[in-house]
Amino acid sequence: MPDDKILLAHGSGGKLSHDLIQQLFLPRFSNPFLQPLDDSARITNQTGPIAFTTDSYVVNPLFFPGGDIGRLAVCGTVNDLSMIGAIPAFLSLSLIIEEGFPISDLKRIVSSIFDAAEEANVQIVTGDTKVVEHGAADKLFINTAGIGWVKAGIHLSGMNAKPGDRILLSGPLGDHELTILSQREGFQFQGDLKSDCAPLNDLVGKMIEFSPSIRCMRDPTRGGLATTLNEIASKSNVGMVVEEEKIPVRESARGICELLGLDPLYLANEGKLAAICPPGEVERLLGVMRGHPLGKDSQIIGRVIEEHPKKVVLHTLIGGHRILDMLTGSQYPRIC
Amino acid sequence: MKFIDEFRDKDLAKGLLQNIEKTSTRPVQLMEVCGTHTVSIFRYGIRGLLPEHVKLLSGPGCPVCVTPNQDIDLAIALSRQKDVMIVTFGDMMKVPGSTSSLQKEKAEGKDIRIIYSSLEAIRIAQKNPDKKVIFLAIGFETTSPTIAVAILRSKEEKIKNLFFLNSQKRIPPALYALLQSEKLNVDGFILPGHVSAILGITPYQFIAKDFGRPAVITGFEPLDILQGVWMLIRQIEEGRAVIDNQYGRIVQENGNPLAMQKIDEVFVHDHAQWRGLGTIPDSGYRFKELYAEMDAANFDVEVEPPREHPQCLCGEVLQGIKTPVECRLFKTACHPENPIGPCMVSMEGTCHAYFKFS
Repeated sequence: MPDDKILLAHGSGGKLSHDLIQQLFLPRFSNPFLQPLDDSARITNQTGPIAFTTDSYVVNPLFFPGGDIGRLAVCGTVNDLSMIGAIPAFLSLSLIIEEGFPISDLKRIVSSIFDAAEEANVQIVTGDTKVVEHGAADKLFINTAGIGWVKAGIHLSGMNAKPGDRILLSGPLGDHELTILSQREGFQFQGDLKSDCAPLNDLVGKMIEFSPSIRCMRDPTRGGLATTLNEIASKSNVGMVVEEEKIPVRESARGICELLGLDPLYLANEGKLAAICPPGEVERLLGVMRGHPLGKDSQIIGRVIEEHPKKVVLHTLIGGHRILDMLTGSQYPRIC
Repeated sequence: MKFIDEFRDKDLAKGLLQNIEKTSTRPVQLMEVCGTHTVSIFRYGIRGLLPEHVKLLSGPGCPVCVTPNQDIDLAIALSRQKDVMIVTFGDMMKVPGSTSSLQKEKAEGKDIRIIYSSLEAIRIAQKNPDKKVIFLAIGFETTSPTIAVAILRSKEEKIKNLFFLNSQKRIPPALYALLQSEKLNVDGFILPGHVSAILGITPYQFIAKDFGRPAVITGFEPLDILQGVWMLIRQIEEGRAVIDNQYGRIVQENGNPLAMQKIDEVFVHDHAQWRGLGTIPDSGYRFKELYAEMDAANFDVEVEPPREHPQCLCGEVLQGIKTPVECRLFKTACHPENPIGPCMVSMEGTCHAYFKFS
């Protein structure tokens, strides 16, 4: 395969397509479900509920500190499965590539997809590649769909929050969106900031094992924690109170937020989760979360209340309070 | 974070609030002139912490919000010209003009780009020599020096394809106009910290001398604002009216003479049109002859006659006469996703702050 650029012919279904699959994808993704290369993968039948989700990834730039579009495409879908308590098992992988895309970049991304899949212990069992004319897509778009198994008795849902419950957050906010933002033209921030992009299924597995009565979990991606909590409050018809001083934000992230007038509560994360659990279990669950590398900075940030249903109130640093609304609009598209 | 956390300390805030409560004996209405103050006041829940009879009103200090429709319509008309690229701060994208917005024009394929500093406009003009690049120069005294420097540098580097659509404003003349209004019911002013870092203290003296109102130049952290409010209340209770400076760590008595000099090098004062306040003498700038070739107003374009929504109260809101909740459009037809007036667009707009935080 010429180590050069992707051509339209790479997506034609002919010889070049075949070469691309054989030489670039199969050496990394080989597994018994994918190997037959039939039109569909046959996966083993399971009893009990199956979780099924899909997401498309269009991030710009494709490579950023802490990850790239490939890692994001695996982690995002794995995390969506994990948030309802499912054990992620299989992913599909679809690429839409702009003609002229460097094959060396594609190799890097495929390698990163493989590494992330291995880290998350999921298998890529089916896939597709399309190439579009120059200008018809911006470099590379990825879609992944995922299937996971839900154990008997596990039912996590945004409708489950009850007054008295506690709200937990697994770590500092804003790293992903600020990293992407700082890579865009015009910003040259320096520092240790990198995307938090990570598969949360191992952390979630441990949390569920120790505390099967967790009411719900969400990963605060686009729209940030504020939007996530509003969604849960609304679906469960409860109010929430959140303590601003308990919400972790990294120093470097805070600096950029101060400079640009951004609120970390509205920034996207790709490796954090918010969990709601009954009050009696909160301390133990916090311990479990802090014992995991992806949850070591976990905090109890607030509680669910009966008053002002569907509204989230923030107790501010200086002791005031304000409504924490959903995100409205955004100036920074294509962060994931 | 160093020098930030110190200004958000809960115990110190409590102390200042106790001082305010002890000092304040009668109802007062204070106007925070600057949109950044409005946001900070909402963000930290300051209104709810103050005694009930201490009311804060928002003023005309959001540059996007006071930009009149005709300027936005002109920017839109320019964006429709052949070989024109508009570069602008992000806030301007969603501002509704009479029938369109820059955001809508961009979606239709016009070349409109968001930048974060006026010097970026120079780089873009250099990279796109076959385009006429027009920078939407909006802002108050804080932004004007950077615009002036971009113009000076553009001249120096002999860049021929960069133009500036001038809609800059000056704060003191607007306050003067506001104070002349009989409808104004304000006992004291929280003056903008960053504008004052450029202007210093002197340009505000008329507030105390001619109109007998106290004013305090104030920083933007919650403790700054609480201290500014306390300083104002003390003046009011003691029957004094002077221009105080709470933000001494940033604002010097004579401001930033170098920045002022850059503005004066490029511009002369001129009347300007403000949304809600009308035409105010000396409240804007005009290009000096030497730089007039960069004035985008020289473009020959047809602009539609300006139209404003008859029920929009942005004008009254900007003068502190009405609050957003008194507007029939607020939260019904007008919200951040579909702003009808500019006060709902900008993060610093009063309507946006009311919508988001209360």
